[in-house]
Amino acid sequence: MKILVAVKRVIDYNVQVRVKEDGTGVVTDNVKMSTNPPDDNAVEEAVKIKESGKAKEIVAITIGEEKAQETVRKALAVGADRGIHVKVDGVVEPLAVSKILQKIVDKEKPDLVFMGKQAIDDDCNQTGQMLAALLNWPQATFASKINLKESSLEVTREVDEGLETIEVNIPAIVTCDLRLNEPRYASLPNIMKAKKKPLEQLNASDLGVDTKARIEQIKVEEPPKRKAGIKVANVSELVQKLKNEAKVI
Amino acid sequence: MSVLLIAEHNNKELRPFTYNAVSAASKIDENLHILILGNKSEAVAKSASEIPNVKKVIHVDNEIYENFIAENYTSAIIKHADAYSHIVCSANTFGKNLMPRIAALLDTSQVSDIIKVISADTFLRPIYAGNAFATVKSNDKKKCITIRPTSFEPAPATGGSAEIVKSEPGEAFKNSKFVKREEIKSDRPELGTARIVISGGRGMQNSENFKLITAIADKLNAAIGASRAAVDAGYITNDHQVGQTGKVVVPDLYIAVGISGAIQHLAGMKESKIIVAINKDGEAPIFSIADYGLEADLFEALPQFLEELNKLNTIQK
Repeated sequence: MKILVAVKRVIDYNVQVRVKEDGTGVVTDNVKMSTNPPDDNAVEEAVKIKESGKAKEIVAITIGEEKAQETVRKALAVGADRGIHVKVDGVVEPLAVSKILQKIVDKEKPDLVFMGKQAIDDDCNQTGQMLAALLNWPQATFASKINLKESSLEVTREVDEGLETIEVNIPAIVTCDLRLNEPRYASLPNIMKAKKKPLEQLNASDLGVDTKARIEQIKVEEPPKRKAGIKVANVSELVQKLKNEAKVI
Repeated sequence: MSVLLIAEHNNKELRPFTYNAVSAASKIDENLHILILGNKSEAVAKSASEIPNVKKVIHVDNEIYENFIAENYTSAIIKHADAYSHIVCSANTFGKNLMPRIAALLDTSQVSDIIKVISADTFLRPIYAGNAFATVKSNDKKKCITIRPTSFEPAPATGGSAEIVKSEPGEAFKNSKFVKREEIKSDRPELGTARIVISGGRGMQNSENFKLITAIADKLNAAIGASRAAVDAGYITNDHQVGQTGKVVVPDLYIAVGISGAIQHLAGMKESKIIVAINKDGEAPIFSIADYGLEADLFEALPQFLEELNKLNTIQK
């Protein structure tokens, strides 16, 4: 079995994002970048499946500018076997990302494709589902537990009402929730070894995918600031304020 | 122009967020149709027809829709898509799972999780966990949009009498199968729609201590929330999680107890009308967005809070 894992480079989740003064986006210069957190869960799950002897090869792929390679190197350092970097500059919408992934799937013929359920930059939550549609494959989204069977996957999904379990036939797409597993850290020797693992570079245009944006970003602004509140001295003052000032209880 | 809204329901009734999605959808265009895909779901179609904003109900009833599998929904929705300029649904786990599958087949770049309709092609949506708002214009001919339900008031439920048109099911998808659903049953209001939410964080220290939160929730008829830290530590189940990757709530009153206020948590609650923070660390970031901050040990403050509430003659429900 072969697993393709898609990873995205985003602003690190601990960074307080700042909006650019000219309204064209958010500040990314000299800002720490990392792998999108649920993509780390996707890599971890693939590695666990390989360690259990059920998968032979893990291919990690990223799509983006030159530096996006770092996310593939990180996946290689925790257990992926080889990497693919599809180079594109600027914003690539999930629709274009899923079209690129479709081309790669056609070529690589993986049995499973894993990725995070949502990227924490654009918060779109689209790519996995779109790829599943383009391939006409089943989709197991927001996965918090995966049970690999002979020719199918039983997946527990995090939904608003609680948990839902579905069974999807392989080949399938899985989008991973943060609760799926605890991603491991790469050891220094493995980071060094990862530098020697193969990483293929392609251009989106070579794949024949049009990555032109369909959605125009007109402006990006700071959300309205909340008015500064007050500190209350004790519980009874709090209850009085809630009752008489805010009138919410 | 006309808008097709995909209803979320449980085969018996419309899920509450469908009403919020109706308000948003009718801001895009008044010619709003609603599509119900269900099994033995006549009652749902009837309720949808009673929403005054709805001009037509398309009802497809078949056993393949019993469990709302996105792969089965998609073929039926695509069949109807031609007649509409916009296809919309709620941006909860139902809509997030479904809409991109439709958008990809229509070759449309989806606009996710809108919080405001600026015009028929321009919308406001939060990015970076709500740390920035983006105004975006869709240049696709057909638009696929998901709506953040808590950013729109629910539409009135009765007073209308739209026609109900029956339609044939789409093709069944063979490679996905529903197994089971474990719904967490509760007498409390739903987290997404509750007027008051009280949430606990890592400061609760264990699941046993959540009883302090439960007691206050009972008194205030509030829903119970939690930070991701509390969920990951196993204090409470994930359906209570509020935040960027959990639920987004906009109650009249949000009480954050023992929650430091990571940006991922704030993303799920900072639009609440009144925010109360109870935390013993006076420097916790949660205080910067709280209307009323109480710097105190929660294990002393929560029992006192309950006692003070018990002293009040009336509590709004």
